[in-house]
Amino acid sequence: MTAAVLLVALALVAAAGFAVVTTHDPKRQAITLTVFSLCLTVLFVVFQAPDVALSELAVGAAIVPLLVLLTLRKTGKR
Amino acid sequence: MRTRDVVGAAGLAGVAALFVAAFLRMPAAGTAGHVYRDLVLPMGFREVTPNLVSSVNFDLRALDTLGEETIVAAAVVGTLALLQPPKKEPKTDGTGYVLPAVKLAGFLLLPVSVLLGIDIVVHGHLTPGGGFQGGVVLATGWHLLYLSGSYRALARLRPIDWCEYAEATATGLYVVTGLIGLGIGGSFLANILPLGEFGSLLSSGTVPVLSVLIGIEVAAGFVVLLSRFFVHGLEEPR
Repeated sequence: MTAAVLLVALALVAAAGFAVVTTHDPKRQAITLTVFSLCLTVLFVVFQAPDVALSELAVGAAIVPLLVLLTLRKTGKR
Repeated sequence: MRTRDVVGAAGLAGVAALFVAAFLRMPAAGTAGHVYRDLVLPMGFREVTPNLVSSVNFDLRALDTLGEETIVAAAVVGTLALLQPPKKEPKTDGTGYVLPAVKLAGFLLLPVSVLLGIDIVVHGHLTPGGGFQGGVVLATGWHLLYLSGSYRALARLRPIDWCEYAEATATGLYVVTGLIGLGIGGSFLANILPLGEFGSLLSSGTVPVLSVLIGIEVAAGFVVLLSRFFVHGLEEPR
C-alpha cells in the first residue's frame, strides 16, 4: 500500500517535471512549475518530511513562479 | 567526435556508475533501519526538542543554519543593490480583473495563513516546521492581499522600512545569540538556556529563540525581496 502511494507520488513528480521541461513559453512554464512544486509537496509529505513540504509549497509553488512572472512582465516590455 | 564530447561522455558515465553503485546499496525507503535517526534521536531527546529537524537545525548544527540564513540575507542585499527602485512610484490602479471567488478566498485565507505562519514559527521546536518554513508561509500569506486584487492594499500594509530593519536585526541577533553561547557555554551557538519540560512551549533552550529569529528574518527578507520585484514588474510601460 505504502509502496503504491510512493510510486504514484514519484510518477506524478516525474510527469510534472517533464511538463516543466517541455513547456517552451516561460509564462506557461511558471504555471507548470507551480504544478510541479505541488506534486513535489505531495511527495515530501508521503516521504514523511512535512518541514520540507511546507517550504516547497511556499517557495516552489508561490514565490518562485511569482518572481518569474514579475520578471517576465518587466523584461517583456522592452 | 571531439575531445570535449569524449571527456564529457566519460564524466557522465562515471557519475552514472557511481549513482548506480550508491543506489544499489541504499536502504529501502520506509524500513526500520535508519542510521542517522538512531544517532540524532537520543540527541534530540537529550536537548528536550521533540521536533528532531529543529533540534538538528537550531541546536546540533546551528552553525549550518547561520550559513543558510546568510544566504537569504545575501539574496535580499543583492536584490536591493541590483534592482534600484524606479524614479517614479508605479501607478497601479488594479486594472486586472480578479474573479470574485479568488478575491473572497484570498481575504478568507489571509488571516488563516498569517496565523498559521506565526504558529509554525512559534512551535518550531515542537511540531514539524520551524523558522524558515513559518517565515516563508508568513511572507506568502501576506501576498494574498495582492492575489485578492489590490496591489494598493498590499503596498499600504507592507512596511518595507520596518521589514528591512527587522531582517537585518534578526540576522544580527542570531550571531549575538551564538556569541552569548560562546561566552557562557564555551562554544559558538551553545544551547545555554534552561531546557524546560519536554513538549512545553518554553522548552528546548535556545532552539525556539533561534527559530523565531529565523522566522522574522525570512518573512521580512522575502517581503523586501518581492517588493522590489513588484515595483519593477508593475511600473507603467514606457
